[in-house]
Amino acid sequence: MSNNLYVYIYILIMAFTTWCMRVIPSLVMKRPIENRFIQSFLYYVPYVTLAVMTFPAIIEATQSPAAGVAAFIAGIIAAWMGIRLLGVAAICCITVFILELFL
Amino acid sequence: MESNATIFRNGFRDGIPIGLGYFAVAFSLGIAAHGYGFGPLQGFIASILTYASAGQYIGFSLYAANAALIQLIILTVITNARYILMGVTLNQRMPAGTSLARRLAVGTTITDEIFGITIARPGIPSPYYGFGAWTAAVPMWAAGTSIGIITGTALPAQIVSALSVAIFGMFIAVIIPPARKDRMIGVAVAVSFAFSYAASHLPRVSGMSSGNRTILLTLLISAAFALIAPRTDQDNNEQ
Repeated sequence: MSNNLYVYIYILIMAFTTWCMRVIPSLVMKRPIENRFIQSFLYYVPYVTLAVMTFPAIIEATQSPAAGVAAFIAGIIAAWMGIRLLGVAAICCITVFILELFL
Repeated sequence: MESNATIFRNGFRDGIPIGLGYFAVAFSLGIAAHGYGFGPLQGFIASILTYASAGQYIGFSLYAANAALIQLIILTVITNARYILMGVTLNQRMPAGTSLARRLAVGTTITDEIFGITIARPGIPSPYYGFGAWTAAVPMWAAGTSIGIITGTALPAQIVSALSVAIFGMFIAVIIPPARKDRMIGVAVAVSFAFSYAASHLPRVSGMSSGNRTILLTLLISAAFALIAPRTDQDNNEQ
Protein backbone atom coordinates (compact mmCIF):
# COMPACT_ATOMS: atom_id res chain seq x y z
CA MET A 1 0.00 0.00 0.00
CA SER A 2 1.43 3.38 -0.95
CA ASN A 3 2.24 5.70 1.89
CA ASN A 4 0.02 8.42 0.47
CA LEU A 5 -3.05 6.18 0.35
CA TYR A 6 -2.37 5.06 3.91
CA VAL A 7 -2.40 8.66 5.14
CA TYR A 8 -5.89 9.16 3.72
CA ILE A 9 -7.19 5.90 5.19
CA TYR A 10 -5.72 7.00 8.50
CA ILE A 11 -7.42 10.40 8.26
CA LEU A 12 -10.77 8.84 7.35
CA ILE A 13 -10.64 6.49 10.33
CA MET A 14 -9.79 9.38 12.65
CA ALA A 15 -12.67 11.47 11.23
CA PHE A 16 -15.20 8.64 11.32
CA THR A 17 -14.33 7.65 14.91
CA THR A 18 -14.67 11.29 15.99
CA TRP A 19 -18.03 11.60 14.22
CA CYS A 20 -19.29 8.46 15.98
CA MET A 21 -18.58 10.09 19.35
CA ARG A 22 -20.71 13.06 18.31
CA VAL A 23 -23.74 11.05 17.21
CA ILE A 24 -23.86 8.06 19.58
CA PRO A 25 -26.29 9.85 21.94
CA SER A 26 -28.45 10.85 18.93
CA LEU A 27 -28.70 7.19 17.94
CA VAL A 28 -29.46 5.96 21.46
CA MET A 29 -31.72 8.60 23.01
CA LYS A 30 -35.35 8.60 21.95
CA ARG A 31 -36.70 10.98 24.60
CA PRO A 32 -35.33 13.23 27.38
CA ILE A 33 -34.16 11.53 30.57
CA GLU A 34 -36.69 12.15 33.40
CA ASN A 35 -34.35 11.61 36.35
CA ARG A 36 -34.06 14.77 38.49
CA PHE A 37 -30.33 14.35 39.19
CA ILE A 38 -29.48 13.77 35.52
CA GLN A 39 -31.58 16.78 34.51
CA SER A 40 -29.85 19.00 37.06
CA PHE A 41 -26.44 17.63 36.11
CA LEU A 42 -26.99 18.30 32.41
CA TYR A 43 -28.27 21.79 33.21
CA TYR A 44 -24.88 22.75 34.67
CA VAL A 45 -22.68 20.85 32.17
CA PRO A 46 -22.42 23.43 29.37
CA TYR A 47 -21.49 26.33 31.65
CA VAL A 48 -19.03 24.31 33.69
CA THR A 49 -17.35 22.88 30.56
CA LEU A 50 -16.92 26.27 28.94
CA ALA A 51 -15.68 27.86 32.17
CA VAL A 52 -13.13 25.06 32.67
CA MET A 53 -11.94 25.42 29.08
CA THR A 54 -11.62 29.21 29.35
CA PHE A 55 -9.54 29.59 32.45
CA PRO A 56 -6.55 29.32 32.82
CA ALA A 57 -6.26 28.46 29.08
CA ILE A 58 -6.79 32.12 28.12
CA ILE A 59 -3.66 33.19 30.02
CA GLU A 60 -1.65 30.35 28.49
CA ALA A 61 -2.71 31.22 24.92
CA THR A 62 -1.11 34.67 24.84
CA GLN A 63 2.59 35.51 24.67
CA SER A 64 2.30 37.48 27.89
CA PRO A 65 0.10 36.00 30.67
CA ALA A 66 -0.79 39.53 31.88
CA ALA A 67 -2.38 40.30 28.51
CA GLY A 68 -4.42 37.09 28.85
CA VAL A 69 -5.61 38.10 32.33
CA ALA A 70 -6.60 41.53 31.00
CA ALA A 71 -8.52 39.94 28.10
CA PHE A 72 -10.28 37.63 30.57
CA ILE A 73 -11.41 40.52 32.76
CA ALA A 74 -12.33 42.75 29.80
CA GLY A 75 -14.38 39.90 28.31
CA ILE A 76 -16.31 39.32 31.55
CA ILE A 77 -17.11 43.02 31.92
CA ALA A 78 -18.19 43.30 28.26
CA ALA A 79 -20.41 40.21 28.48
CA TRP A 80 -21.87 41.41 31.80
CA MET A 81 -22.84 44.66 30.07
CA GLY A 82 -24.74 42.66 27.48
CA ILE A 83 -22.37 42.85 24.50
CA ARG A 84 -22.82 39.88 22.14
CA LEU A 85 -20.46 37.10 21.03
CA LEU A 86 -18.60 38.80 18.18
CA GLY A 87 -18.19 42.02 20.19
CA VAL A 88 -16.82 40.29 23.28
CA ALA A 89 -14.41 38.23 21.15
CA ALA A 90 -13.19 41.39 19.40
CA ILE A 91 -12.67 43.22 22.71
CA CYS A 92 -10.55 40.32 24.01
CA CYS A 93 -8.41 40.25 20.83
CA ILE A 94 -7.88 44.03 20.80
CA THR A 95 -6.98 44.04 24.51
CA VAL A 96 -4.26 41.46 23.91
CA PHE A 97 -2.99 43.12 20.75
CA ILE A 98 -2.66 46.56 22.37
CA LEU A 99 -1.17 45.33 25.65
CA GLU A 100 1.41 43.16 23.91
CA LEU A 101 2.69 46.22 22.05
CA PHE A 102 3.93 47.44 25.46
CA LEU A 103 4.52 44.29 27.53
CA MET B 1 -41.20 31.79 14.60
CA GLU B 2 -37.79 32.31 13.02
CA SER B 3 -37.30 30.85 9.55
CA ASN B 4 -34.62 28.20 9.06
CA ALA B 5 -32.69 30.63 6.85
CA THR B 6 -32.63 33.21 9.65
CA ILE B 7 -31.50 30.60 12.16
CA PHE B 8 -28.73 29.54 9.76
CA ARG B 9 -27.63 33.17 9.35
CA ASN B 10 -27.58 33.67 13.14
CA GLY B 11 -25.46 30.54 13.48
CA PHE B 12 -23.12 31.78 10.78
CA ARG B 13 -22.75 35.17 12.50
CA ASP B 14 -22.03 33.57 15.89
CA GLY B 15 -19.62 31.17 14.19
CA ILE B 16 -17.33 33.98 12.95
CA PRO B 17 -15.52 34.64 16.27
CA ILE B 18 -15.24 30.88 16.70
CA GLY B 19 -13.65 30.68 13.26
CA LEU B 20 -11.11 33.41 14.14
CA GLY B 21 -10.10 31.51 17.24
CA TYR B 22 -10.01 28.26 15.28
CA PHE B 23 -7.75 29.83 12.68
CA ALA B 24 -5.19 30.79 15.30
CA VAL B 25 -5.29 27.41 17.05
CA ALA B 26 -5.33 25.45 13.78
CA PHE B 27 -2.33 27.43 12.62
CA SER B 28 -0.27 26.02 15.50
CA LEU B 29 -1.78 22.58 14.87
CA GLY B 30 -0.59 22.94 11.26
CA ILE B 31 2.95 23.71 12.38
CA ALA B 32 2.89 20.51 14.45
CA ALA B 33 1.30 18.52 11.59
CA HIS B 34 4.08 19.66 9.26
CA GLY B 35 6.56 18.21 11.74
CA TYR B 36 4.61 14.94 11.73
CA GLY B 37 4.87 14.68 7.95
CA PHE B 38 1.47 15.91 6.78
CA GLY B 39 1.07 17.93 3.58
CA PRO B 40 -1.26 20.96 3.25
CA LEU B 41 -4.00 19.04 1.38
CA GLN B 42 -3.87 16.18 3.90
CA GLY B 43 -4.07 18.66 6.76
CA PHE B 44 -7.02 20.44 5.16
CA ILE B 45 -8.95 17.21 4.60
CA ALA B 46 -8.16 15.92 8.10
CA SER B 47 -9.39 19.17 9.67
CA ILE B 48 -12.55 19.65 7.59
CA LEU B 49 -13.64 16.06 8.29
CA THR B 50 -12.50 15.68 11.90
CA TYR B 51 -12.76 19.23 13.38
CA ALA B 52 -11.53 18.15 16.81
CA SER B 53 -8.57 20.01 18.26
CA ALA B 54 -6.90 17.80 20.85
CA GLY B 55 -8.10 14.62 19.14
CA GLN B 56 -6.52 15.67 15.86
CA TYR B 57 -3.26 16.64 17.46
CA ILE B 58 -3.00 13.22 19.03
CA GLY B 59 -4.04 11.58 15.75
CA PHE B 60 -1.26 13.37 13.87
CA SER B 61 1.35 12.46 16.45
CA LEU B 62 0.25 8.79 16.41
CA TYR B 63 0.63 8.71 12.63
CA ALA B 64 4.19 9.96 12.96
CA ALA B 65 4.85 7.30 15.59
CA ASN B 66 3.58 4.56 13.22
CA ALA B 67 0.88 3.62 15.71
CA ALA B 68 -1.55 0.82 14.86
CA LEU B 69 -5.02 1.80 13.66
CA ILE B 70 -6.59 0.30 16.78
CA GLN B 71 -4.46 2.63 18.91
CA LEU B 72 -5.66 5.55 16.82
CA ILE B 73 -9.28 4.50 17.38
CA ILE B 74 -8.89 3.99 21.14
CA LEU B 75 -7.14 7.32 21.71
CA THR B 76 -9.61 9.14 19.48
CA VAL B 77 -12.45 7.71 21.58
CA ILE B 78 -10.76 8.78 24.83
CA THR B 79 -9.82 12.31 23.77
CA ASN B 80 -13.26 12.94 22.29
CA ALA B 81 -15.33 11.29 25.03
CA ARG B 82 -16.65 14.71 26.02
CA TYR B 83 -18.61 14.85 22.76
CA ILE B 84 -20.79 12.04 24.11
CA LEU B 85 -21.63 14.19 27.11
CA MET B 86 -22.43 17.11 24.83
CA GLY B 87 -24.55 14.88 22.59
CA VAL B 88 -26.54 13.69 25.60
CA THR B 89 -27.07 17.28 26.74
CA LEU B 90 -28.33 18.35 23.30
CA ASN B 91 -30.60 15.31 22.90
CA GLN B 92 -32.00 15.95 26.37
CA ARG B 93 -33.48 19.16 24.93
CA MET B 94 -35.22 17.31 22.11
CA PRO B 95 -38.69 15.92 22.85
CA ALA B 96 -39.76 12.33 22.18
CA GLY B 97 -40.71 12.00 18.54
CA THR B 98 -37.85 14.23 17.27
CA SER B 99 -36.71 12.70 13.97
CA LEU B 100 -33.47 10.72 13.89
CA ALA B 101 -32.32 12.96 11.02
CA ARG B 102 -32.62 16.05 13.23
CA ARG B 103 -30.86 14.34 16.13
CA LEU B 104 -28.02 13.20 13.86
CA ALA B 105 -27.71 16.64 12.25
CA VAL B 106 -27.44 18.38 15.63
CA GLY B 107 -24.89 15.79 16.81
CA THR B 108 -22.79 16.13 13.66
CA THR B 109 -22.01 19.82 14.21
CA ILE B 110 -20.71 19.28 17.76
CA THR B 111 -17.41 20.89 18.63
CA ASP B 112 -16.68 22.32 22.08
CA GLU B 113 -17.51 25.79 20.85
CA ILE B 114 -20.47 25.10 18.57
CA PHE B 115 -22.01 22.98 21.32
CA GLY B 116 -21.53 25.90 23.72
CA ILE B 117 -23.41 28.41 21.59
CA THR B 118 -26.05 25.89 20.46
CA ILE B 119 -27.00 24.89 24.00
CA ALA B 120 -27.04 28.54 25.09
CA ARG B 121 -29.96 29.23 22.72
CA PRO B 122 -33.38 28.70 24.28
CA GLY B 123 -35.72 26.03 22.97
CA ILE B 124 -35.16 22.86 20.96
CA PRO B 125 -31.65 22.82 19.39
CA SER B 126 -31.86 23.63 15.69
CA PRO B 127 -29.59 21.85 13.20
CA TYR B 128 -29.73 25.01 11.05
CA TYR B 129 -28.03 27.01 13.80
CA GLY B 130 -25.30 24.39 14.19
CA PHE B 131 -24.69 24.15 10.46
CA GLY B 132 -24.57 27.94 10.19
CA ALA B 133 -21.88 28.07 12.87
CA TRP B 134 -20.10 25.07 11.32
CA THR B 135 -20.06 26.76 7.89
CA ALA B 136 -18.43 29.88 9.35
CA ALA B 137 -15.99 28.17 11.69
CA VAL B 138 -14.79 24.80 10.38
CA PRO B 139 -13.44 25.98 7.00
CA MET B 140 -11.33 28.47 9.01
CA TRP B 141 -10.10 25.55 11.09
CA ALA B 142 -9.15 23.62 7.94
CA ALA B 143 -7.58 26.68 6.28
CA GLY B 144 -5.59 27.47 9.43
CA THR B 145 -4.23 23.92 9.53
CA SER B 146 -3.23 24.06 5.88
CA ILE B 147 -1.61 27.48 6.11
CA GLY B 148 0.21 26.42 9.27
CA ILE B 149 1.63 23.43 7.39
CA ILE B 150 2.73 25.61 4.44
CA THR B 151 4.13 28.68 6.17
CA GLY B 152 5.39 27.32 9.46
CA THR B 153 5.98 30.29 11.71
CA ALA B 154 5.55 33.05 9.11
CA LEU B 155 2.49 34.71 10.68
CA PRO B 156 3.63 37.35 13.24
CA ALA B 157 3.47 35.95 16.77
CA GLN B 158 1.58 39.05 17.90
CA ILE B 159 -1.28 38.39 15.49
CA VAL B 160 -1.49 34.72 16.50
CA SER B 161 -1.46 35.73 20.16
CA ALA B 162 -4.31 38.23 19.71
CA LEU B 163 -6.44 35.87 17.58
CA SER B 164 -6.00 32.99 20.00
CA VAL B 165 -8.14 34.68 22.66
CA ALA B 166 -11.13 35.19 20.30
CA ILE B 167 -12.39 31.74 21.17
CA PHE B 168 -12.22 32.39 24.91
CA GLY B 169 -13.94 35.74 24.51
CA MET B 170 -16.74 33.82 22.87
CA PHE B 171 -16.95 31.30 25.69
CA ILE B 172 -17.16 34.18 28.17
CA ALA B 173 -19.96 35.76 26.13
CA VAL B 174 -21.84 32.44 26.30
CA ILE B 175 -21.51 31.80 30.05
CA ILE B 176 -21.75 35.27 31.60
CA PRO B 177 -25.34 36.29 30.69
CA PRO B 178 -26.91 33.09 32.19
CA ALA B 179 -24.55 33.41 35.17
CA ARG B 180 -25.95 36.88 35.74
CA LYS B 181 -29.52 35.62 35.53
CA ASP B 182 -29.22 32.41 37.63
CA ARG B 183 -27.00 32.82 40.68
CA MET B 184 -26.23 29.10 40.94
CA ILE B 185 -24.82 29.12 37.41
CA GLY B 186 -22.73 32.11 38.45
CA VAL B 187 -21.36 30.22 41.44
CA ALA B 188 -20.74 27.11 39.30
CA VAL B 189 -18.82 29.22 36.77
CA ALA B 190 -16.67 30.85 39.48
CA VAL B 191 -15.96 27.44 41.06
CA SER B 192 -15.07 26.06 37.62
CA PHE B 193 -12.56 28.86 36.98
CA ALA B 194 -10.94 28.27 40.39
CA PHE B 195 -10.81 24.46 40.19
CA SER B 196 -9.60 24.52 36.61
CA TYR B 197 -6.77 26.84 37.62
CA ALA B 198 -5.91 24.64 40.60
CA ALA B 199 -6.07 21.46 38.49
CA SER B 200 -3.61 22.86 35.98
CA HIS B 201 -1.07 23.18 38.80
CA LEU B 202 -1.79 20.05 40.88
CA PRO B 203 0.92 17.39 40.52
CA ARG B 204 -1.09 14.43 39.15
CA VAL B 205 -4.01 16.16 37.45
CA SER B 206 -1.87 18.66 35.55
CA GLY B 207 -0.20 15.73 33.75
CA MET B 208 -3.50 14.73 32.14
CA SER B 209 -4.34 16.00 28.67
CA SER B 210 -6.42 19.17 28.78
CA GLY B 211 -9.32 17.31 27.14
CA ASN B 212 -9.40 14.69 29.89
CA ARG B 213 -9.00 17.30 32.59
CA THR B 214 -11.99 19.13 31.14
CA ILE B 215 -14.14 15.97 31.27
CA LEU B 216 -13.08 15.12 34.83
CA LEU B 217 -13.75 18.62 36.15
CA THR B 218 -17.03 18.91 34.25
CA LEU B 219 -18.30 15.62 35.68
CA LEU B 220 -17.26 16.43 39.26
CA ILE B 221 -18.41 20.05 39.41
CA SER B 222 -21.71 19.49 37.55
CA ALA B 223 -22.53 16.47 39.73
CA ALA B 224 -21.74 18.47 42.88
CA PHE B 225 -24.05 21.29 41.80
CA ALA B 226 -26.76 18.83 40.77
CA LEU B 227 -26.67 17.53 44.36
CA ILE B 228 -26.36 20.91 46.11
CA ALA B 229 -28.76 22.89 43.91
CA PRO B 230 -31.01 20.47 41.99
CA ARG B 231 -33.43 21.82 39.42
CA THR B 232 -37.10 21.80 40.36
CA ASP B 233 -39.89 21.04 37.90
CA GLN B 234 -40.79 24.72 38.05
CA ASP B 235 -37.24 25.71 36.99
CA ASN B 236 -37.38 23.27 34.11
CA ASN B 237 -40.67 24.65 32.86
CA GLU B 238 -39.35 28.20 32.90
CA GLN B 239 -36.28 27.19 30.88
